[in-house]
Amino acid sequence: MKFLPLILANLSRKKIRTILTIGSFAVALFLFAFLAAIKSAFNRGSEIAGADRLVINNRVSMILPLPLSYRDQIAHIPGVHAVTHYNWFGGTYKNPRNFFPQYPIDVENQPLVMPELKVPAEQWQAFARDRQGAIVGAATAKRFGWKVGDHIPIMNSSIDSKGPWEFNLDGIYHSDHVGGNETAFWFQWDYFEERVPQRVKGNVGWYVLKLEAPDDAVRVAKTIDNLFANSSFETKTETESAFAASMAKQFGNIEFLIITIGSVVFFTLLLVTGNTMAISVRERIGEIAVFKAIGFTDRSILFFILGEALALSIAGSTLGILCAAAAIPAMGAGLNGLLPRLVLSSSLMLMGMGFAIVVGIASGLLPALGAMRLRVVKALREV
Amino acid sequence: MVCVDESMIGNALICVRDLDKQYQRGGEEINVLQGLNLNVAQGEFVAFMGPSGSGKTTLLNLLGGLDLPSKGSITVAGDEVTHMSRRRLAAWRARHVGFIFQMYNLIPVLTAFQNVELPLLLTSFSKAERREHVEAALLLVGLSDRLGHYPRQLSGGQEQRVAIARAIVSDPTFLLCDEATGDLDRKNADEIMNLIERLVKEYGKTVLLVTHDPVVAARADVTLYLEKGALVGATAADMVAS
Repeated sequence: MKFLPLILANLSRKKIRTILTIGSFAVALFLFAFLAAIKSAFNRGSEIAGADRLVINNRVSMILPLPLSYRDQIAHIPGVHAVTHYNWFGGTYKNPRNFFPQYPIDVENQPLVMPELKVPAEQWQAFARDRQGAIVGAATAKRFGWKVGDHIPIMNSSIDSKGPWEFNLDGIYHSDHVGGNETAFWFQWDYFEERVPQRVKGNVGWYVLKLEAPDDAVRVAKTIDNLFANSSFETKTETESAFAASMAKQFGNIEFLIITIGSVVFFTLLLVTGNTMAISVRERIGEIAVFKAIGFTDRSILFFILGEALALSIAGSTLGILCAAAAIPAMGAGLNGLLPRLVLSSSLMLMGMGFAIVVGIASGLLPALGAMRLRVVKALREV
Repeated sequence: MVCVDESMIGNALICVRDLDKQYQRGGEEINVLQGLNLNVAQGEFVAFMGPSGSGKTTLLNLLGGLDLPSKGSITVAGDEVTHMSRRRLAAWRARHVGFIFQMYNLIPVLTAFQNVELPLLLTSFSKAERREHVEAALLLVGLSDRLGHYPRQLSGGQEQRVAIARAIVSDPTFLLCDEATGDLDRKNADEIMNLIERLVKEYGKTVLLVTHDPVVAARADVTLYLEKGALVGATAADMVAS
């Protein structure tokens, strides 16, 4: 610790250079944290998907419907605990930019299939009794400042032109999972079915079922797909995590993109910081010689230079992570529900700090080795 | 007293034997020092003079363990310096040698206090002990009111006094001064020489000083003249007269 003032004093030598270098680390770490949070949001569906849940879509395309009549047939398959269904509603609130996912749901089976999405019992009972009732995720409720008892009009001109769909907000759900999706808006299937045009009636978007035992997944999936094989609406049944992963892939190879951008950023940072450290060491060759003349060992000189690089990387990465932690929730809110909540987990922060520290040490290594090998007599001659 | 033969080996603090130093420059071998012998007793003040390229600074670098000889040996207070590893040599310098350079060579981002404290960071002294030693050293050089000043806030003479404080703070066995007054005006040079003389006379320090200035050399107990890497005895008075 007694050498810390020396390291800090050296960093204060060229303040603008130090600030710019710290800024480089901060920007890189901010970008890393943001990209990592987006990647995590894309993957979260598969990470927190229930191992005991299957998703059933139309085999041709997930945007094509399945008959509601499949529900009872699926429910009777041995190993199926409960089955529910969803439709993509696609409405907006007040303004077309106020987008969030809305689904008509099967009130009876929803809690059995999605037990991790918690709604207080009295709110759920009120919802079940209210034909125009709705339950909304906590994030969306917070976004629009909704509270239980509010009347919420949702516009959807693609389904009908009868004006807004009116809902009564009966409850708010929370997810048991950290970062779980709390943006959805649920309403009663009966209300949906009653109002949609004839061409839409009797069709659901997809089914989700809960298994009695996760080990049964393959058998049940095969049974379902075989049951509806050669029908007008063949099914494709997969685990919820596989479904979530395939949804994420609809956006392209996000992981590859993020890793590529992150690698380029860190490599550039390595070059920039390495150059800065090299210049910084070259400027004080004479001082390093004096340190050695006084009795500082080659190794202690090596550690001083590495210590400076490390201090720069820690300061910059901490700043970047703090900025990211402050900005990411706001940036996530700006996505308007396009992605699940952006979460900067502590493991992501630690990983970012780790990368920055490795880059810091690597950038200081060559100049530090040069300083370590410096011959005092030669360096003093250059003072 | 200083002698250039082997008559004083038993009492010598610094004992140099058959010292050779060669450099390679552009494929050519240059003999900077040749067969040099020297004994310096504890508490002596020795000046080295000679034309540029005569080997004065090289000799000082060898005595201070900053460079290794091509041949011969240097023994200081019983330690054979010439065969030490770089690491041991660094520790030996920290313990035995105080350097005073022509250009002061203070660290510009450190205060006078921090500059003087540097050698003590290599010791096991506590923070309070280091402070005590630094304050004593700066008091001795007359700069106890400049502890928090940076080198840029000091005059040349004051900077050199801080450098002297840094050289003596760890109570080294001997001081090596390379043109310590070379960058100062006469008045400041005299003040620095007074200080160095005081270190010799009052504190019993052994000082080896390289200079081009005969007036400065005249302050030493003995002046040795180097030419083409060979040592020639001469008195300071002779230098001034010549």
